[in-house]
Amino acid sequence: MGLMCLGIPGQIVEIRQDEGLVMGTVDFGGARREVCLAFVEDQARVGDYAVVHAGFAISLVDEEEALRTLELLEEMGELGELEAE
Amino acid sequence: MKHLSEYRDPALARSLVRRIRETVTRPRVLMEICGGQTHTLIRQGIDEVLEGAVEMIHGPGCPVCVTPVEQIDRALHLASDPRVILTSYGDMLRVPGTRGDLLQVRARGGDVRVVYSPLDALALARKNPDREVVFFAVGFETTAPGNAMAVWRAKELGVANFSVLVSQVTVPPALRLILEAPGNRVEGVLAAGHVCTVMGWGEYEPLAEEFRVPVVVTGFEPLDLLQGIAMAVEALEEGRWGVENQYARSVRREGTPRARELMEQVFRRVDRAWRGVGVIPTSGLGLRPELAAFDAEVKFGLEGIRAQESPECRAGEVLQGRLKPPQCPAFGARCTPEHPLGAPMVSAEGACAAYYGAGRRSGQSSGGPTAMGSLGGRGAQGPARENAP
Repeated sequence: MGLMCLGIPGQIVEIRQDEGLVMGTVDFGGARREVCLAFVEDQARVGDYAVVHAGFAISLVDEEEALRTLELLEEMGELGELEAE
Repeated sequence: MKHLSEYRDPALARSLVRRIRETVTRPRVLMEICGGQTHTLIRQGIDEVLEGAVEMIHGPGCPVCVTPVEQIDRALHLASDPRVILTSYGDMLRVPGTRGDLLQVRARGGDVRVVYSPLDALALARKNPDREVVFFAVGFETTAPGNAMAVWRAKELGVANFSVLVSQVTVPPALRLILEAPGNRVEGVLAAGHVCTVMGWGEYEPLAEEFRVPVVVTGFEPLDLLQGIAMAVEALEEGRWGVENQYARSVRREGTPRARELMEQVFRRVDRAWRGVGVIPTSGLGLRPELAAFDAEVKFGLEGIRAQESPECRAGEVLQGRLKPPQCPAFGARCTPEHPLGAPMVSAEGACAAYYGAGRRSGQSSGGPTAMGSLGGRGAQGPARENAP
């Protein structure tokens, strides 16, 4: 709470308009917050994960890229195991 | 939380550490920019498990820490004004100015309120039309779009009793200052994943080219950092430089266009002082002149408030990676989180607070339980940061 610069991923559970501004409710592992979605309003859908900084979603987490990074990590890890043996 | 626990897997971390150790042919020196990354590195003991292979130098990326004492003094002045409700992110409240901090002003009757979002400050202004509501707009490129939005909305909705005290800074000019400094030891850079989420990485390409350094856009989880470090040392060993993106699940080349556009509409580049460092040319953002009605410095005539830094606090050297916190004579003695001399000991993202909080008082290994400590078979996973928005 109050930490401005830590970006935190959360899941969008509701999207609505507030006097012309796209706002939403984002769930952070149980804690819910009102978040401005204006910067990602083109793509944001309920169920998406967003990276949130101080009440503003600055990006949506790309599922495919998240999985690709994990695969790459696994590969790097496996190589590390082999080299260590 | 999806895709979070995976990025904290200790077994995978151990093999990445081995891979990094196998890759380097001599000790390498990398700098992480962001204070959030510094905290993960120190708290998880990543710097310790890489000792002898990779030295991590901590960069200037703690927004609370780099806010100059002058701007703190201006905030203190505003908070003491009975007309004003001063609103701020929570982490600014204990940062010492020349005379005390915002919490002390509040204890003396000043109306100081913590908000989660600058839009909350704007809402407060609409609810209190007879008061002046000022938001202390600090931070890097991650907070700039939100702070820009608050000003833009105030203009759209005609909220005349809202203004901002701006102390926004940007990373690339500070990185240039570090890389071109005589005696610079930084061979590779981990760029801050969320700054690049907003801005993209176009600004880092000329820097990587000019200084021939690999720059890896990196995330914040332990495995993100280890992968970023692995990518940087592989580039170094192969003699490559340029920008690579480890944090592809959040960062696109062009950043977040709508956020960048609004920043352009509201802010312009200005020279700005960094605490302990001095003025870095074009390193700051200030409100465009046509938005001067929302600029608290203009509205309340604050330009006359000038201040000197504490001579005992060596924050400037810490922020530029020239001094590790435990090497400062005041660290842990004259300077603690309870009685800080400077901001890096206050902020959750400050390097001094990171070392102090991890029990690293002497610059020696803590031996305490950390997630990476499980590399040695002890400890558990790190704190669940996702639960503390």
